[in-house]
Amino acid sequence: MPKLTIDGIEVEAEAGMTVMQAADLVGIEIPRFCYHERLSIAGNCRMCLVEVKPGPPKPQAACALPVAEGMQVWTQSDLARKARKGVMEFLLINHPLDCPICDQGGECDLQDQAMVFGSDRSRYREVKRSVTEKHLGPLVKTAMTRCIHCTRCVRFIREVAGVPELGMIGRGEHAEITSYVEQALTSELSGNIVDLCPVGALTSAPYAFHARPWELHKVESIDVLDAVGSAIRVDARGNAVMRVLPRLNEDINEEWLADKSRHAIDGLRYQRLDRPYVRENGTLRPASWEEALATVAGRLLSADPDRVAALAGDLADAEAMVLLKDLMDALGSPHRDCRQDGAVLDPHDRASWLFNPTIAGIEDADALLIIGADPRREAPILNARIRKRYAMGGFPIGVLGPATDLTYPVEDLGNDPHTLRALSSGSHAFWRVLTEAERPLVLVGMGALTRDDGAAVMGYARRLAETVGAIGDDWTGFGVLHTAAARVGGLEVGFVPGPGGRDTAGILEGAGSGAVEVVYLLGADEIDMDALGEAFVIYQGHHGDAGANRADVILPGAAYTEKTATYVNTEGRMQRTWLTVHPPGEAREDWKIIRALSSALEKPLAQGTLEAVRARLAAISPIFAPGNEGRVVPAEYRATHRGFSGRLDGAPFVSPVSNYYQTDPISRASRTMAACTDVYINGKTGAGKRTGTDG
Amino acid sequence: MLLSDKDRIFTNLYGIHDWTLAGARARGDWDGTKALLAMGQDWIVDQVKASGLRGRGGAGFPTGLKWSFMPKTVSDRPHYLVVNADEGEPGTCKDRDMMRNDPHKLLEGCLIAGFAMRAHAAYIYIRGEFYREAERLEAAIAQAEDAGLLGDDACGSGWPFRIYVHRGAGAYICGEETALIQSLEGKKGQPRLKPPFPAGVGLYGCPTTVNNVESIAVVPTILRRGADWFAGIGRDKNSGTKVFCISGHVNTPCNVEEAMSIPLRTLIETHAGGVRGGWDNLLAVIPGGASVPLLPKDICDTVLMDFDSLRDVQSGLGTAAVMVMDKSTDVVAAIARLSDFYQHESCGQCTPCREGCGWMARVMHRLVTGDADIEEIDILEEVTRQVEGHTICALGDAAAWPIQGLIRHFRPELERRIRARKGSSGMVQVQTAAE
Repeated sequence: MPKLTIDGIEVEAEAGMTVMQAADLVGIEIPRFCYHERLSIAGNCRMCLVEVKPGPPKPQAACALPVAEGMQVWTQSDLARKARKGVMEFLLINHPLDCPICDQGGECDLQDQAMVFGSDRSRYREVKRSVTEKHLGPLVKTAMTRCIHCTRCVRFIREVAGVPELGMIGRGEHAEITSYVEQALTSELSGNIVDLCPVGALTSAPYAFHARPWELHKVESIDVLDAVGSAIRVDARGNAVMRVLPRLNEDINEEWLADKSRHAIDGLRYQRLDRPYVRENGTLRPASWEEALATVAGRLLSADPDRVAALAGDLADAEAMVLLKDLMDALGSPHRDCRQDGAVLDPHDRASWLFNPTIAGIEDADALLIIGADPRREAPILNARIRKRYAMGGFPIGVLGPATDLTYPVEDLGNDPHTLRALSSGSHAFWRVLTEAERPLVLVGMGALTRDDGAAVMGYARRLAETVGAIGDDWTGFGVLHTAAARVGGLEVGFVPGPGGRDTAGILEGAGSGAVEVVYLLGADEIDMDALGEAFVIYQGHHGDAGANRADVILPGAAYTEKTATYVNTEGRMQRTWLTVHPPGEAREDWKIIRALSSALEKPLAQGTLEAVRARLAAISPIFAPGNEGRVVPAEYRATHRGFSGRLDGAPFVSPVSNYYQTDPISRASRTMAACTDVYINGKTGAGKRTGTDG
Repeated sequence: MLLSDKDRIFTNLYGIHDWTLAGARARGDWDGTKALLAMGQDWIVDQVKASGLRGRGGAGFPTGLKWSFMPKTVSDRPHYLVVNADEGEPGTCKDRDMMRNDPHKLLEGCLIAGFAMRAHAAYIYIRGEFYREAERLEAAIAQAEDAGLLGDDACGSGWPFRIYVHRGAGAYICGEETALIQSLEGKKGQPRLKPPFPAGVGLYGCPTTVNNVESIAVVPTILRRGADWFAGIGRDKNSGTKVFCISGHVNTPCNVEEAMSIPLRTLIETHAGGVRGGWDNLLAVIPGGASVPLLPKDICDTVLMDFDSLRDVQSGLGTAAVMVMDKSTDVVAAIARLSDFYQHESCGQCTPCREGCGWMARVMHRLVTGDADIEEIDILEEVTRQVEGHTICALGDAAAWPIQGLIRHFRPELERRIRARKGSSGMVQVQTAAE
């Protein structure tokens, strides 16, 4: 523990720390551009120069200088101040100073630091450099003349995103950051380079010229477009969500955010259900809430309770699901399911469907087997954590499933589910790798569990985890990677078939055969609507997607930015979104709609306030207790469960996410995500520009 | 005072003798190398330390001391010797002649130095333009390997040692030791941050020492003739012989090995046939390659050619490339040309050099024609101070120093040009730059 003084303050730093980190410990802020605590050290901006003794009589870069015993550092001496002022002048001479038309304005490191360290006038009388723009895809807009060559974007794309597609070409003044032959970045994390860019060289393309940061009101919330539950901040102006930025959460997303979570938000403006509709003569017509609820109530009351069913979709919040469950109970229907993809998950065994090791816990694992999952597309943030662990070294990774580039090297175990048998019986080479690891991790994805043989896959995977020693007192190396934000919450509240009830497949089969007359879709859009046959369909949700298209009555609900609602992520971490803007038109928060419906049914639910609904949640499962917000309540792993059985099918695993950019009603409504789909899925390269004659 | 022929190390600097192994052996190379190695690593390092040899690549860091920074035991990471033959400093052409005409001196030096730092491999990173020299090095390595001087049992010492030649691609910055390592690894030639120093984390992350060609090539002779002999030439702390490259406005430009601390005037007049038009026609001399500040005639009259003497007159020995300018020279244009060079060769990695080199070059070009204000001389001087000492590597310093030298010694000439162009006092309002 070397002791040093910084500006006369004694600091006890850990060996290996840099002077800048030590200064951060005592709250002395050293200005910086290129340094970022989650990236490798470049030391190229030279903004962090400080005076150091003992040492050469010139200032040293604090970001790269290791602390040493007895070191004396001055951050405010004449030498240090002059050095910083000089660097600031150099950074500005070729910077366009076009702040009034720059989207970074108001949240620009260069602007802020120029105010503190810069001069009030320029001495530069030469012509400024200009640099051509680069095409980095539909999400990142460039203004490369503003670039200060800090290489944060280059390091992020290479180190964190794992797609080395950015680099600096040219030398000296002519050095430019560019992508490899002008190709769009292929990372699902590309939006983060906009956050990292300390100037306005990289800005958000969809957000370009839309708002100024000081016009926005900012609400801390969580993301629901995958099952990771990244911490986000929603920025809105008036009643429009303008942008979503990541918020620091070391347990989940660190400070990154996946592109869909960041950029699908324009979908919140399109295809919205802003008033109730009732189908009449085959077409939907606007209706009042009274009429819609009365229609629904009438249909529900006239049907035999055994012929009524409910399905919860991927974006449903726990409050709505628990009330709908209670309502179905009040009606006397046991037919309900939150697993619209038919995933084989035992509702009574939490450890069998949680990502038990936790996302941060991936860093503690020392071997990984991925079964039937494509974490890069299903959960880019979790994939980044796997890559982070890979970068630490000593982390063999095997993949049994589709061969895709996960941004880190893996051992391809093929895509034959029968390999699982060899693995779990110990006759496969990778079994030894897992066995020799102290903390092996078996990750099972929805691509493996939503199949007809899902139960068998689950059984083998669990047996494998148990035999290789992945289950111990302080380590549960078995994790299920969900793709839907609502799934774990639905399982926790028990939105699953009651005694004698039908599951998703049963409900669809029943609707097709006429055995189920009324189907209540709580935001369920991912099922085969044609399978619903002649059933009367009630759709409660926020987007005019597949479900609304099929519905006989539409009850307009709220999207995740428009309600304060509870979600549980794939780890079992209970978190809440916060209302940022109000639902459009006559749309209402989902739990209120169900509560109102219960009144229309004259079976009013007891919970009249959000607090009461949450108390009801907590009564069902302690994970919903107020004190558990943001926490993972660990599940107790029970050894192999005999309920799983069946034979393995020979068909290869297929990831449920074939198009990362369009997985839910919000992202399907998003024009930004449509542009990404064009570029990244349909391979329309070019600059993504439409000429009008492209068909 | 002049170096006598018997004390010359590079006895075939001009290529008049046979460069091959046979010729080299006839001149005493590869003589008793096994016995030298048998003296052990510590002895070799101590001898080099005692000789007072300072790095010949420009910075003048004591070579023996540098070697002693290498770990004393080899861990799981092998040690490497890297020879910097990327001779790119304008005005410098000594390494080229050594490799072309006396390659075996370098190879024998590589073996001894490599052995001293417990390396089994040496990489010679040679400037890409030195095509024939690279060929000759390769040939010399083949000769040495055939003769058993290099290879699995170098010189019968039991020490496996191999030398590899790697050709650079023409970037001046790759002569900076850490950029050279990057380039050798196949990466973009950009200097690395220090610390860690190459002796700890160098080529492929392994302990590495990077030495100039001349620093390595003189080692066998030092060991054979004794550290005292080498230390006895020149002044204290500036000992030994040195190959000077004399170019510019002299009657007979040449490379010549001379004693350190020889007076500049003696050097020029004895070996280069004197300044064109006589000593009094001298305007200035750049004594150590493009990177060091120039010296006006009055300093050249008396200055000694060694590290400390030149440092005392705010210049440096650098690579000992003496560039002579007579009074016909447009000294401002000459320095502006150097600024262009540094602007072109700046790697662009760190801010002060990337931005400063272009700024300095542009102002320099305006100063050539006097299209500037008097205050801009001070601004330029300040800009050089803002670059100097604030960069990752020394290229920023090298870009700043020639301009500082010019302003220090030729400010009246700069002001004269500005006034002549303005036809007035030169005190014109500084325009505010367009922002």
